Amino acid sequence: MPKPSSSSTTHFWQGNQACAEAAITAGCRFFAGYPITPATEIAEHLALKLPKTGGIAIQMEDEIASLGAVIGASWAGAKAMTATSGPGFSLMQENIGYAFMTETPCVIVNVQRAGPSTGQATKSGQGDVMQARWGTHGDYAPIALSPNSVQEMYELTIRAFNLAEEYRTPVILLADEIIAHMRENITLPNPDEITIVNRKKPRPEDKAFFGSQEIPPMPAVGEGFSVSVTGSTHNEYGYRFTADQMVHQRLVKRLVDKITNNKDKIADVECYNIDSCEVGLVSYGCTSRALYELIDFGRKEKAKIGFVRLKTLWPFPDTVIRRMAQTAETIFVPEMNLQQIFYEVKRAVEGAAKVIPINKIGGGEMITPEEILAEIKRGTKLVH
Amino acid sequence: MSTEEFSIRKYLRDVPLPFCLGCGDLTVMNCFLRAVHELGYDDLHDFVFCSGIGCAAWIPSPHFKADTIHTTHGRSIPVATGVKLVRPELNVVVFGGDGDIAGIGLSHLIHAARRNLDITVIMVNNMIYGMTGGQVAPTTPLRVKTTTTPYGSFEHPLDATHLIVAAGASYAARWTTVHREQMKEAMIDALKTKGFAFIEAVSQCPTAFGRRVGLKTVGGMLTWLKENSIPLKEANKMTESELAGKIVVGEFVRRRLPTLTETIQDVMKEATKDVRKS
Repeated sequence: MPKPSSSSTTHFWQGNQACAEAAITAGCRFFAGYPITPATEIAEHLALKLPKTGGIAIQMEDEIASLGAVIGASWAGAKAMTATSGPGFSLMQENIGYAFMTETPCVIVNVQRAGPSTGQATKSGQGDVMQARWGTHGDYAPIALSPNSVQEMYELTIRAFNLAEEYRTPVILLADEIIAHMRENITLPNPDEITIVNRKKPRPEDKAFFGSQEIPPMPAVGEGFSVSVTGSTHNEYGYRFTADQMVHQRLVKRLVDKITNNKDKIADVECYNIDSCEVGLVSYGCTSRALYELIDFGRKEKAKIGFVRLKTLWPFPDTVIRRMAQTAETIFVPEMNLQQIFYEVKRAVEGAAKVIPINKIGGGEMITPEEILAEIKRGTKLVH
Repeated sequence: MSTEEFSIRKYLRDVPLPFCLGCGDLTVMNCFLRAVHELGYDDLHDFVFCSGIGCAAWIPSPHFKADTIHTTHGRSIPVATGVKLVRPELNVVVFGGDGDIAGIGLSHLIHAARRNLDITVIMVNNMIYGMTGGQVAPTTPLRVKTTTTPYGSFEHPLDATHLIVAAGASYAARWTTVHREQMKEAMIDALKTKGFAFIEAVSQCPTAFGRRVGLKTVGGMLTWLKENSIPLKEANKMTESELAGKIVVGEFVRRRLPTLTETIQDVMKEATKDVRKS
């Protein structure tokens, strides 16, 4: 959280409003979306504010068209975003793969609700974690961020745009209904103190916009570069090569590597006591708000509790989880789904610690600190 | 009009064309680039082309020496929407087949016409899914045998041009690849249109359609297109049963309506006025 200074301002905002305001601050000038609970306030707020910044907000006929328009706007040179929830996120999957394959920077906000299908439209959930990782077809590497407060809805929306621009890739802000609809105090830093990243533009003589370097420069249409954009396998100049094994492997490997090779820079976590804990916790989003209270419980019970809070879900921060597993005997993974990040934690610890899931779904009911403590007591001999 | 003589090469990249022998897509490409030439453009730098999946989507991409965005199947119009709204001064043109535009992407076509988005959509209607080898399309005539309707199609074909007029387009025309001069003129009109312009180019696919309806040669297909075409004026005097299986050609609508980018600019002006007041 930024330290309040004379130039910072404090507001009492809803998470979705913080996201919309952050998008404008990050430089977003195009929004296309389709109404869906619990993400609609983002569209409403941007419809109100974007025209006053010279931007455009448009309601499209569905979520497929929404992400399509965002992709077109991004190639026209604008920072662009869409916002949806589970059912709409499902519809967007094909175009997410297209944005990844064509290296189109854009931000997709998914305010998670309880699924599958229509599920419980107004109730929070964390069931889209694996969809964010594997939702589109083929090999790919997404970036997905997980805010746990209204303050972070703001900060991570800006970061989502910055990562999209820096890595020329779609970035998913994987929020949830609780964080999006909750109202909290939020401190906005002085605009001059906010880092804004813009995509690397080509020099006039550049021709390779889809290779030759890890993150190639990106022209916009209408700039005279005659850019050829295609979701088919293509060479560094954007020309289709749909039969050559090497061209495909080179392209898709580079697209995946540009994320995974920069995992340590992208993956962001909040850690507490991870090098001397006996009980470890890994959580994210709304569920992770229970972690802070558990630290207090731990102190009272004289138990050594540590946690890793995932601010980035994808790429997954294996290293820090493995580090915690060196001292933690047991790691608990509370999440509002039927085990998703649990398996990722299990994979990362490589058997160095026992990993126990804590799950609850439906009704928008959060996993309480008391429930987590009860599980810790059941699962370990450390806390009595 | 450009002073230079027409040369298709100056608009094309040096990439081999993928079309089958006798494919109507080449005629559509030719008509379009002649229209561009006659409008006085010596290059395609003021154009952005969006296309989806299917043979006709390959007309601009990667062949036109221009910005070309080859999108997912059916989503060329949404992508074109994003491009046009951010860069209203560019000519945004969508190419696609009947499957891409009137099948999987139909809702986007209707909504773009309803919004009167200032783009040109050229739908090459070959009445079949050609690229995948001849499956029934929303435009396939009743009872035609395709690989997925081996006993004959049991659905009525869609009249896309008629639909788009009703949806609110500023310009709509239908011609066949036999009507090359009219098609080129229609493309000039479409490119000059302020608002949504739609051209249905009824085209021959000898590979995946002709041989299934007993028209094995390109010439046979073109004769069939010619003999089945009815000018709009004559069609207006004919009954529905007389028109069954016919291709009604001509200009269906030409009107001046406020376009989406014009309306957005107006609304934005109002919004900024409010900012100044407050």
